[in-house]
Parts: sequence; structure tokens; C-alpha cells
Amino acid sequence: MQTLDASFAPLRPLRNYTMQSSIDTTAEGTINIAQEGAASHHEEHPDHRLFGVLVFLCAESMLFMGLFIAYITFRLIATEWPPTGTPSLEILLPGINSLILISSSFVIHKADTAVKKNDVDGVRTWFSLTIGMGVVFLLGQLYEYSNLEFGLRDNLFASTFYVLTGFHGLHVLLGILMMFAVLWRARKPGHYSTENHFGIEAVELYWHFVDVIWIILFILLYLW
Amino acid sequence: MTAIAEPKTLSSETPLILGNERKWTDYFGFSTDHKVIGIQYLVTAFFFYLIGGSLATVMRTELATPAPDIVTPDVYNGLLTLHGTVMLFLWIVPAGAGLANYLIPLMIGARDMAFPRLNAIAFWLIPPSGLLLVSSFFFEPPQAGWTSYPPLSLTTGMLGEGIWIMSLLIGGTASILGGINFLVTILKMRVPSMSLTDMPLFCWAMIATSLLILISTPVLAGALILLAFDLFAGTAFFNPTGGGNPVVYQHMFWFYSHPAVYIFVLPLFGAISEVVSVHARKPIFGYRAIAYSSIVISFLGLIVWAHHMFTSGTPPWLRMFFMITTMVIAVPTGIKVFGWVATLWRGKIAYTSAMLFAMGFIALFLIGGISGVMLAAVPFDIHVHDTYFVVAHFHYVLFGASVFGVFMAVYHWFPKMTGRMMNETWGRIHFALTFAGMNLTFMPMHELGLMGMNRRIALYDPQFTDLNVLATIGSYLMAVSTIPFLINAIWSWRYGPKAPANPWRALTLEWQTLSPPAIENFEELPVLKTGPYDYGLGYIAEEDPEELYAHGTPIPAT
Repeated sequence: MQTLDASFAPLRPLRNYTMQSSIDTTAEGTINIAQEGAASHHEEHPDHRLFGVLVFLCAESMLFMGLFIAYITFRLIATEWPPTGTPSLEILLPGINSLILISSSFVIHKADTAVKKNDVDGVRTWFSLTIGMGVVFLLGQLYEYSNLEFGLRDNLFASTFYVLTGFHGLHVLLGILMMFAVLWRARKPGHYSTENHFGIEAVELYWHFVDVIWIILFILLYLW
Repeated sequence: MTAIAEPKTLSSETPLILGNERKWTDYFGFSTDHKVIGIQYLVTAFFFYLIGGSLATVMRTELATPAPDIVTPDVYNGLLTLHGTVMLFLWIVPAGAGLANYLIPLMIGARDMAFPRLNAIAFWLIPPSGLLLVSSFFFEPPQAGWTSYPPLSLTTGMLGEGIWIMSLLIGGTASILGGINFLVTILKMRVPSMSLTDMPLFCWAMIATSLLILISTPVLAGALILLAFDLFAGTAFFNPTGGGNPVVYQHMFWFYSHPAVYIFVLPLFGAISEVVSVHARKPIFGYRAIAYSSIVISFLGLIVWAHHMFTSGTPPWLRMFFMITTMVIAVPTGIKVFGWVATLWRGKIAYTSAMLFAMGFIALFLIGGISGVMLAAVPFDIHVHDTYFVVAHFHYVLFGASVFGVFMAVYHWFPKMTGRMMNETWGRIHFALTFAGMNLTFMPMHELGLMGMNRRIALYDPQFTDLNVLATIGSYLMAVSTIPFLINAIWSWRYGPKAPANPWRALTLEWQTLSPPAIENFEELPVLKTGPYDYGLGYIAEEDPEELYAHGTPIPAT
């Protein structure tokens, strides 16, 4: 049992990894990289927030993916879709609405271009315009809801329609709120600059995401 | 907020000066230090483990006799629902997240997680989620089991079910936020000298876990949202009477909940890879095989879910597909087990508490894995579906692997986390009691299941009595076994002998700093000079002649 005792005895740290710059070569591809220890202990690490947002959006897209696949499954196993008596969806208004939302993706990108030139006024303009387009989209959708002849509980088709579009609408609303937050922060001169504009990029990324989701949604609900 | 020490000039002689003493109040606040958050997670998780365990003990007491005499069947339904949900979502998931939080930045030589504030937010979602769920017991517990299949879940009481959904949505959000943090931290925050294949295997396991969390948890959220609409808004997504389809819920639920079993166990797969190597003083066997098998498990784990639904009218071709993928997933898992056993083989094994739990882990996980492959076979699964055989199987995996893994990790990293050594004698007593109790409880359930005893029911046929009594005795033994652990942990935390920086003479980076680590983890960012598992290869020998002939490489027979 001497192995036991040896391992129990608290030993001194055997290897000091820090402040070594020698490189010793060893066999069998073991790691022997040694570099100068990074100097300060308060060094800034690069900004990973945008990558984090991207990962989050990937996860969020799985939420929609789940709902889409549920919708597709409901539809494929249904004997009749939409069930008889369901008034068909009007396509013109949602079509225009989609065009507005898709164009807003290009508009918000102008804000990103502007901030890279340190043009915060440009950001205000383009963000306000995007907010406007988002609001028009939401109002259009509410108008469509109010004119539909079926309600949430009428049948499975109606339920999936309202839940999917409503859930997407909630995401649009969140995007609009985030754009307001950016505008609010942009009051302070120098808050956003050529180097430092994570908030703007993150909202833009999110807005593109909301757009792509809408395109899939539109194809599934209106065109298929 | 993290206390940031004043910048000081450092020389190579300066000891670690950033300070590692913490006030106990730090652990009750909104700290953004990953080490504090890690311990917050672990302690919170353990609190819920005690709750979930108490529920299980009441259930086993009820099952000691065939008649439902201790609690009414309704209460029993609530007990089993809460036991499952608490153990999975409030004990194992947070415990794994706690280990990941504590260890990842230290192992990769980072000062903190990539998003410290997000990290704290993720943790602080857990207590409300848990208290919400547990509080439901006092007015109307959810009764539909941890799976909450509709239409059953639509008829067992709106309030309890609503609380269950709410709690899971909050916990799921916490899990997703944690997953983002783990993934970004591991991929982006490693010290410059550490490539992916220099990482400790725990980090590999956490990449795989995070991917699973990020891909599958949102789908569960989707299912729960639709279920909530069915419950509260009167839609009929999953309600057959309104034209809906309950099987769609099952698919969505298991698309999360099967990968979830890998979310429960992969962090511990990672942890055991550290422990066996350190305590056997041998390089891990097949580093790359173990690392990549984690990724393969997370990929395959996403395409096996319907094996929970062989009796749900799944068409035969689909059953065939899921049967094959389920069996295939035993291959990467087997590779891991082989790697651990081969690491132990002719190692200089120290029978520490951590190592004992690691060995228990391997043995019990093997049993759970084998019964898993049995259950993958469609005919066998249909035969034992919803019997105690299934209960036995997943408890061997979830208790035998995950819970043993958490205890193992605590014994191994306790000196690092608290700066104190745990008492090894009590650790071994804890292990012996847990191992005996665990087997006594769950081994008879295999037989009960094969005899046809249904799970989730408060009463049973008298012919099953003897084995049930045995299982109940075992469960009491398990309940008792937590006492030595609790006393040991609390006592050692306050009065245990001071731990040195590296009590196990490990090579991974978390041991190359103070115990407990300095506020910002490292004085200087560390530089790798060896691989994470280069034990017995002569690195230590340079400084410590005792280690020269450490086992692992046979001593030349001259």
C-alpha cells in the first residue's frame, strides 16, 4: 500500500509552469511548446460577444426548427390540410409585408456600414428607418389577424398559424425594442465608434435572423 | 463583481499575490467570478439532490408493501414526477454546469468565462426554477411524470402542469445560456500555447455537452410552449380529441430528452478521464479516441430519440433506423470505457475516494450500458417497455455514472475548490455505502421488470414484494450514505487540513495555481510544457527521483 501513502502525502507543486521560456524536445509528440508567459495579468482578451450572439442565434433557430418540423408533421399526417371550411389565406398583404421586412435587412446593414465610418448620425437614421419598417410589419400582421375568419382554437391549422406567426412577431417586437436601446445608447457621443459597435452588429445579426425565419415561415404557411 | 486586484509589478519570485480568500457572503450574491458561480451551482444542485432523494425515499417506503398505504396514488404520482424532474433538471444538469464553470477557465488557462455576467444570470435562473417546481408540491404537484406526455398531462391538473412547464422553461434558458458560455470559452479563451488536442478531456466533453444543449434544448422549449397553449389557450396541438397528435409531442420531447441523457453524463465522462489518469499515474489511454468519441456521441445522440417511442405506433422502418443508431452509440461509449480501463491497467493506482468512485462509475456504467443495448433491440424493448427494467437501466446510468461521477469530481477537486483536504476514511465509507445501497436498490429492479412490474404505479402485485423490500432497504442505505458525505464536506471545508496547490501531483493547469485559486486564477498566464496526462513519462522525474520509475512504462527487466 505504499502507493497509497505516496499519493496521499500532499506534495509540493512539482512544476512551475510560469515564466519559463525554454523548449525541451521530447519523444512521441508530447506537448513541449513553451512561450514567454503573457506579461500582464490584466490583459484584455478579444471581444467574443458577437460570436456568442451567433451561437445564441443558432440555438434560437433550433426553437423555430422544432416548431417548423412540428408544423410540417401535422400537415403531412393530416388527411386534409387545411381542414375543410377553413378560409384560405390572403397572399397580397402578407407578401407586401414580407417585402418590407426583407428590405429592412438591407436598411439595417446601412447602419453597420455607417458606424464603420464613425457616422453615428447615419446609424440613427438607418435604425429609425428599420424600426419604422418593423412597426409597419407588425401592424400589417395585426391587421391580417383582425381580418382572418378563423381564431386560434378553430382547428389545428389555425392554431399552428397563429402560434408560428405570433412567435415570430414576438421576435420582431424584441428586435424593435433592442433597436430603441441602441438609439438610446447612441445619445452619448462616442458610445459607438468605428472600433466599438458591438450593440449595432448584434442587433443587425439578430434582425437578419428574424428575417430568415420569416422567409421560411412565409414559404411554409402561405406558399406551400 | 469580480474584485480586481490593484496592478502590481511582478517578478518571477513574487508569490501569487492576487489573493484567494473569499468572504462567505460572496457565495450568496451576484458574483461574476466563475469559481464562485461554480460552487454556487454545485451547492444548489446538491440541495436539490437531497430534496429529490427524500422524494425517492418516500416512494421506496410506499413501495415496501404492495398496497398504496403510506401515500395515496395521487401523491405518489406527484412524488415520481417531482423526483424525476428535480433529479434531472435541478441536480445533474446544474452539477455538471457547476463543474464546467469551475474547471473550464482554470483548465484552459483563462481568467474567467467568456461572458461572466451572462454566467451569473444563468446560475441565478436555477434557484427560482427549482423553488417554483418544489413549491408546487404544497398545493398541486404535477402528476404526469417527468415526460409529461399529453393527453395525460392535459388532464392531471392545470396548475401543477403549468408550474412544471414554467420551471423547465426557466431551467432550459439557464442551460442554453450556460452552453453558449462553455462553448465560446473553450473555443476562444485557451492560452495561446494550447491547441484543441492539448486540452484536458473534460473540455472536450464540455464541447460535446454544449453542442447538445444548444441544439436540443430549444426544441424542448418549443414543445413546452405548444403544450402550454394546449393547457391554457385551449388549442389542440397534442390533444387527439381536438385533432392534434400527441406523438408529435413525444418526438419533440425526446429530441431534447434523449440527448439530455448525454448532457447529464458527458461532463462526468470528461471528469473521470481526468481522475483515472491522475490517480493511476498513467497517461490517459487513447486521448484522441476519447476526445473524438465525445463528439461522435453528441452527434449520434441527436439521432436516437425515437427508441423511447417503440411502442408509440412508430412505423417499423423508423424503429429499425433508431434501433441501429442506438446500438451504434454503444461504440463510442465503449471506446471511452475501454480507454479508462486501459488507463487503469498496470497503473500505479491510488485507491483514493475519487478513484474508488471512478471505478464504481466504470463498473456501474458498464451494467447500465449493457442493459441499454438490450433495450435498443425493438422486440426486447416492447417486452419490457415501462417496466422496472427500464427504471433499473437508467438508474444505473444516471446514478451509477452521473451521481458517482459528481461525487468523484467533488473528492478530486475539493482541495482545489476549498483549499482543504477531505477526509479519505469517511470518503471510503461513503463510497462503500453508496455502492452497496445503489446495487441493492436497482439490481432487483431488473428482475422485477422482467417479471412484468410496471413503473410509475403506487401499488403492485404481491408476488413482487420480496424484491421490492430489498430495493427499499437499499434505498435507505443510499439515503444514509449521504450523511458521511455531507459531514465530511462541511467539516473539511471548515477544519480540514490545508491543501497544497497540487495535492494529487496532476499536470493539468487548474493544479498549477493556488488552492483555492487566486481571484483571477493565475498570476501569469500559464504556458504548457507537457500534455495534460503525461504522467510517468519522466517530466516529474527531473525534479522528483521517486517518480522516475513510476508505473506506466514497465521497469526494464534486467
